[in-house]
Amino acid sequence: MLNASSDRPLHRLQNHSLLIAGLLALALLAAISLSAGMGYMKIAWLDVWRAVGGSLTGNAGLIADVDELTRVIVMEVRLPRILTAAAVGGGLALCGVVFQGILLNPLADPYTLGVSAGAAFGAALALLLNLTVAGIYSVPVCAFIGATATLMLVVYLSSSAGGANANNLILSGIIVAAILSAGISFLKFVADEQVSVIIFWLMGSFASKTWIDVGLSSTFLLVGLMVFVFYARDLNLLCLGRRAAASLGVDARRVPWILLVTASLVAAACVSVSGIIGFVGLLVPHMMRALVGPDNRRLLPLSLFSGAILLLCADTVTRAVLPHEIPIGVLTALIGGPFFCYLFRKRQTGGRGF
Amino acid sequence: MGFALCGIGFAHPGKTIFDGLDLELPAGRFIGIVGPNGCGKTTLLDLICRHITPHQGHIHYAGRPLGAYGKRALARQIALVPQDYGINFPFTVEEVVFMGRYPHTPRFGAPSAEDVDRVAQTMADCDVLAFKDRPITSLSGGERQRVIFARALAQDTPVLVLDEATANLDVCHTLTLLDRVAGLVQNERRTVIAVFQDLNLASAYSQEIVMVKAGRVVAAGPTAQVFTRQNLKRVFDVQARVAIDDFTGRLQVRYKRSNHNS
Repeated sequence: MLNASSDRPLHRLQNHSLLIAGLLALALLAAISLSAGMGYMKIAWLDVWRAVGGSLTGNAGLIADVDELTRVIVMEVRLPRILTAAAVGGGLALCGVVFQGILLNPLADPYTLGVSAGAAFGAALALLLNLTVAGIYSVPVCAFIGATATLMLVVYLSSSAGGANANNLILSGIIVAAILSAGISFLKFVADEQVSVIIFWLMGSFASKTWIDVGLSSTFLLVGLMVFVFYARDLNLLCLGRRAAASLGVDARRVPWILLVTASLVAAACVSVSGIIGFVGLLVPHMMRALVGPDNRRLLPLSLFSGAILLLCADTVTRAVLPHEIPIGVLTALIGGPFFCYLFRKRQTGGRGF
Repeated sequence: MGFALCGIGFAHPGKTIFDGLDLELPAGRFIGIVGPNGCGKTTLLDLICRHITPHQGHIHYAGRPLGAYGKRALARQIALVPQDYGINFPFTVEEVVFMGRYPHTPRFGAPSAEDVDRVAQTMADCDVLAFKDRPITSLSGGERQRVIFARALAQDTPVLVLDEATANLDVCHTLTLLDRVAGLVQNERRTVIAVFQDLNLASAYSQEIVMVKAGRVVAAGPTAQVFTRQNLKRVFDVQARVAIDDFTGRLQVRYKRSNHNS
C-alpha cells in the first residue's frame, strides 16, 4: 500500500479549471471572429468586429469603412450560422455530460433516449407531406414535436417498469428508436422523388440559418445550462448510484427526471434546428473528463465551451475550407468516430482513465 | 433517537416483502440484522433510509415521522454504506469522500475548514489516505468499499447504516472498521444498524440482534438472548452451538447443516 499513488499519477488539470474555462471562452470568441471572416468572400477580422459593433450600437462611424455588402454577409448570413453552430455544439456537449451521468453509462449520448429518431421522424413526415402550417419553420417544429413525443413515450415506458432505472431508460430508448427508424425507412420508401430532401435533412446542416434559429437554440441552451449548473452537485452524487445519492440528500426520484427531461428538450431543440449531428455529445464530455476529471461542476462549463468550438470549427471547415460543402453530421461522424476509437483503444491499453 | 416501525407493509411488484412488521430499534446501540437471503434485510434498510416508503404503516425516527424530515436534514441524520458501489466515473478517492460533506455544505459553497479536517481524518481512519489521489475506478473491490465507508463516516451522522459493509474486506480491515464504528457507539452514543451475513461478526459486535425470516421478525433483543440454538435453527435451518470463545472473549457461533432425516 506504500505510496500506491505514485504508480499511476493523475495528470489532471482540475485545479486550473477556471483558467481553462477562461481560455476556452476566449478561443470561442476568436473562432467566431475568424470564422465570420472566412468563406467565399474573405473579410478581415477587424472589419467583422466593426460590422458587428456598428450594427449593434447603431454607431455609423464604425461601419463607415465597411461596405454594406460586407455588413450584410457578416450580420445576416455568417453570424447566424456561426452562432447556431456554436449553440448547438455547446448544447449537445452539455446534454452528453448529463446523460452519461444520469444513465451511469459513459457511452450514453444526447440521442440515447431516442430524441434524434423522434425528431427525424417528425421532420421526415413534415417534408413528405409538404407541411407549411408554420411557414419555413414547419420542419423544425415537427421535428421538435416528434422529439418530445418520443421522449414522453420513452419516459412512460421506463417509469411504468419501476422508476428512473438507467437500464430501463436505455432499453426503452433503443426500442422506441428502432420502431421510429423503421418508420423513417417507410417514409423514405413512399417519399419518391422527395427522398433526397429527407436524407439531406437527416445528415444535418447549418446552411441558411437565421437569427430566429440562433434565438431558439440559445434560449434552450441557457435555460438548460441554468438547470444543469444548479443540479451539478446532485449529478455528481447520482453518478455514484441512486441509493448512494439518496442517502446523501438528493431527491433520487425527482432530480434524474428533471435533468433527463431538460437535457432531452435541449437536445430536441438542437436536432430540430440542425438535423442529426452525432459524436459531439459523446466525444466532448469524454475529452473534458480526461482533462479535468468527472466533477460536473467543472465538467459542464468546459464541455459547453469546447462543444461550441468543436462544432463551429467543423462547420467552418465544411463551409469555407472544403471545395464542396458536405453535411455537417457526416463530417462530425467521420472525424469523431475514428478519434473516439483512438481514445477507447488508449483506455483499453491502460492509458489515462476517462 | 431510535427508530420505531409500526405495522409496516411493503411489496415489490409481484412479491410481498413485509406485512404488518413491528420493530423498535433503540438509539445509541450497535444493532445487527441477520437473516437468510431474500428475507427483506436490505428492504428494511431502504425503509429506514427512506429510499422507499412503506405502503402501509408508519416509521418514526427520534419521535418524528420519518417523512417529516427534509432530504438534506435526513442526510445529516442517517448515513449509509451500501452493498453496491459500482462507480463508472473516475472520481478521485478524495472527491468521493468529500461527497460525504455535501449535506453539510451549501449548494454553491466552498468546503469549510471543518469539512477538510473531517475528510482527512476519516480517510486516515479507513486507511485510504495512501491512494487519495487515485481514481476510484482503478481500485480493488475492498479498497473501494473502504472509500465508501470513509464517505459515510465523513457524513458525521448520529445513525450509521451498514449493508454488508465489510463483505469484501480482509480480516484486519474488517476488524479495524467495525472497532471504529463500535467506538462511535460506545463513546458518542451513536447508533449503528448493520446487516451481516457473517454470524460471527454479527455476534461479536452487535449489542442487539434482530433476526428476520421471510419478512417477519423472529427474535429481537440483546445478542446473548437472541443467538440461541433454537433461533438459529428456526431462522437459518442449521444446527448451531453458541459459546463465549476463550480466545477472542466474544460470542461465537459454530454451525453445520441440519440433517433433515434425523
